[in-house]
Amino acid sequence: MKPDDSALEVLGLTKRFDRLAVDSLDLTIHAGEFYALVGPNGAGKTTTLRMIAGLLRPDAGAVSIFGIDALQNPVAAKQVMAWVSDEPMIYDKLTPLEYLEFVAGLWGIAPSVSEPIAEGLLASLGLEPHRHERCEGFSKGMRQKVALAGALVHDPRLIILDEPLTGLDAVSARHVKGLLSDRVRSGCTVIMTTHILEVAERMADRIGVIAAGRLVAEGTLTELRQQNGHADTSLEDLFIALVTLQEAA
Amino acid sequence: MSSATALSWFARHELRLAWREWFAMMTGGRRKRARVAVIGLLLFAALLHVPAWAVIGRFADLELPLDKSSLIVISATIFLAWTLMLSQAIESVTRVFYARADLDLIMSSPATLANLFSVRIAAIALTVTVIALLFSTPFIDVLVFGGGARWLAAFGLVVAMGLSAAAIAIAVTILLFRLIGPARTRFVAQILAAIIGAGFVIALQVAAIMSYGTLSRFTILTSGSVADHAPDVDSIWWWPARAAIGDSEALLLLLALGLVLLGSVMAIFSGRFADTAIDAAAYGASGRTSAKERPFRGGSRQHALRRKEFSLLWRDPWLISQTLMQLLYLVPPALLLWRSFADSSAALTLITPVIVMAAGQLAGGLAWLTISGEDAPDLVATAPLTSSSVIRAKIEVVLIAIAVIFCPLIAALAFISPFQAAVSAGAVIVSAASATAIQLWFRVQARRSQFRRRQTSSRLATFAEAFSSIGWAASAALLLALPIAGLVSGLITASLVAITWKFSPRRE
Repeated sequence: MKPDDSALEVLGLTKRFDRLAVDSLDLTIHAGEFYALVGPNGAGKTTTLRMIAGLLRPDAGAVSIFGIDALQNPVAAKQVMAWVSDEPMIYDKLTPLEYLEFVAGLWGIAPSVSEPIAEGLLASLGLEPHRHERCEGFSKGMRQKVALAGALVHDPRLIILDEPLTGLDAVSARHVKGLLSDRVRSGCTVIMTTHILEVAERMADRIGVIAAGRLVAEGTLTELRQQNGHADTSLEDLFIALVTLQEAA
Repeated sequence: MSSATALSWFARHELRLAWREWFAMMTGGRRKRARVAVIGLLLFAALLHVPAWAVIGRFADLELPLDKSSLIVISATIFLAWTLMLSQAIESVTRVFYARADLDLIMSSPATLANLFSVRIAAIALTVTVIALLFSTPFIDVLVFGGGARWLAAFGLVVAMGLSAAAIAIAVTILLFRLIGPARTRFVAQILAAIIGAGFVIALQVAAIMSYGTLSRFTILTSGSVADHAPDVDSIWWWPARAAIGDSEALLLLLALGLVLLGSVMAIFSGRFADTAIDAAAYGASGRTSAKERPFRGGSRQHALRRKEFSLLWRDPWLISQTLMQLLYLVPPALLLWRSFADSSAALTLITPVIVMAAGQLAGGLAWLTISGEDAPDLVATAPLTSSSVIRAKIEVVLIAIAVIFCPLIAALAFISPFQAAVSAGAVIVSAASATAIQLWFRVQARRSQFRRRQTSSRLATFAEAFSSIGWAASAALLLALPIAGLVSGLITASLVAITWKFSPRRE
C-alpha cells in the first residue's frame, strides 16, 4: 500500500478521565481496509473510537480522516464517516424508513439518491416487513440493524463500529458481516471493535490489540503470529498472551 | 413461607420501591442531597401555610349546621381535590401497567397472582393517599389553628377520598383496556387524567363567564341560583363537607365507603390485573404501524432536524395530553374574549397573564423534549452539522410550536384591544424564550421517556422556569393596569433569568 492512502491517521491520541484511558495512541488505517480493534474490557477501545468519531474531545493528539483534520474541521470529517455504537440509538416513535429519511437529510443526501439506497438496505437487512412499524416494539437486534442501515444510507467512506454484533442472532450477524464485507470490497474503510475474536480473525485485514490505552500489537493475523513466535496459534491464544504480557508489565 | 407472610413481604417490597422512587425524585438520585431535600421539603411545607391561610383561613370559623352556600363551596373544593387525586391515580395505574420492569418476574413466580396484584392495588391507593395527605396538611393545619381540633377530621376525609380515587382509577383503566385495547388506553388514560385534573375548575370558570362575565369560579358557587337547585342541607351529598368539619358519623361512613369501594375493586379486578399487564407488555413488544407510503422529502439538514422533532413531538402522548391541558386552561379566557366582542369588560385583562403563563410552561416542556430529550445523541453529534446549528433548529421547533398555538388567540385579542394584544404577544415571546433558554443552559442528555423526572436534574432550573413564567405573566398584566409596576416587575423577572444564567453550568 502507498503511504499516502490512509483513510484514518491518529497521532498521540490521549484521553484521561479519573485515570489514563488512552495513552498516546498512534494508528493508521488505509483506505479500503477492514481493521479490527480488540482488547480487554476497559482497555480504551470505545474511548478511542469516540474520539475519532468526534463524540469526545481528546486531551492531546491529532485525528485525520482522508486528509481532513477532524479536530479543526469536524463538519467536513463527519460528512465522510459514520458511527455505530453497541447500544443502538434510534427514535422509538419513527419507523425504519422515516429514520433513514432523517439520517439522509442530516447528511444532506438528495432524496432521489437516498431513497433507493434506503430501500435496498431495508431489504438486505431483513427489515422490509417492518418498514412502516414504529421502532418502539423492535428487539435489540432489529434496532441494531436499523442503526446500521442509518450508518450506511449516506454512503460513508469510513465506518466506525463499536461492538456492532452485540445482541444480533446468528442470521442477522451474518447479514451484517456480509454487508460490511461488501462495503469494504467497494472501497469503504471499516474500523470495528469486537469481543468476538473469531469475527476479527475472519473479517479483518489487520488487527490491533489495545491494552491499558496503548496499542500493544498490530498487523495481519500472520504478522501477529510471527511477532509472537507462534505459527499456528489462534487469535484468542495470541490475544490472551499479549494482554497477560501487558498486565504483567 | 405462608401465604400471609408472602403477602406482607410483597407489600414491604412495594413500599420500599415506592419510597425509593419518591426519594430519587426528591434528591435527583444523589444520596448526598438527602439532607438538602428534607430541609427543602420542610421549608416548602412551611411556606405552603401562607397561601393556605390566604385561601381558606376565612373558612376556619365555620361550624355545623352550615347554610347551603357554605356547603356548596366546601363540597366543590373537596370535589376539586378529589378530581386531582383521581387524575394522579389514573397516571399511577397506567405507569404500573406500562413502565414497571418486574411484571415478567412476578408473573413467572409461583405466587398467587390475584393476591400479589391486590397488594399492588393497595400500594397505589396508599401512594395516592399519602401524597394527598402531604399536600393537604398545610390547609388542614390552617383550619385547625383557626377553628379548632374538629378540623382534624379533614385528614380522615382525605384518606377516604384517596381510597375512592384509587379504586375508581383502577376500575376505569382496566375497563378502558377491555374496551379499547392497550394501544389506545395508554394515550386515552393520559388525556383522561389531564381532563379530569383540569376539567372541574374549567367547567366552573366557563359557567361563571357564561353567567356573570367573570373568571372567578366562586361567583357561580355562591350564586343564589345554584343554592336554589342544590339538595337540602340534610342530603347525603353534603356528607363530605360535614365530615371535613368534624361530623364523625359522616366521616366514618365515608371511610367505610372508601374501604368497601377499594375492597370491591381488589376482589373484582385483581385477577384481571395480570391479564391487563400481559396485554400491556405484549403491546410494547408488537409496536405500532403508523406512517403512510410517501417519497423521501428534501430540504436542508436543519430542515431534516426540524421535521424529525415535529414528528416526535406530534407522536408524544405525554406532550399531547399536556398541551391539551394547557389548551383546556385557555378555554375560559378564550370564552371571555369571545363574550368581550359584544361587551367590553375589565376582566379581559385577565386573559394576558393566563396566555403568557401557559406559553412559558409549554415552551419549557417542549424545550426539554427537543433539547435534552434526544434519543439518538450520538447520531446527531456525528452528523456533519455544527452543534450551534443543531441547537438553533431545535429552538426554532419550540418557538414555531408556541407560535402555532398562541397566534390565533392573540390575533383574536387584537380585534378587541390592539394594545393588549401587542403586550400579550411580546410577553408570550419573552416568556417562551426565557423558559427555552433556561432549559438550554441546564440541558442534560436524557431519554425522552424520562420527561416526568426532568425536574430532578436541576431544581434550580425547575424553579427558575416556573418563576420566570409567573414573573412574565405578572409583568404583562401589570403593564396593562399599572405600566410603571409592570416595568419594575419585568426588570425583576429579567434579573431572575440573568441570575439563573449565572448559576448555570459552564460549557465548552
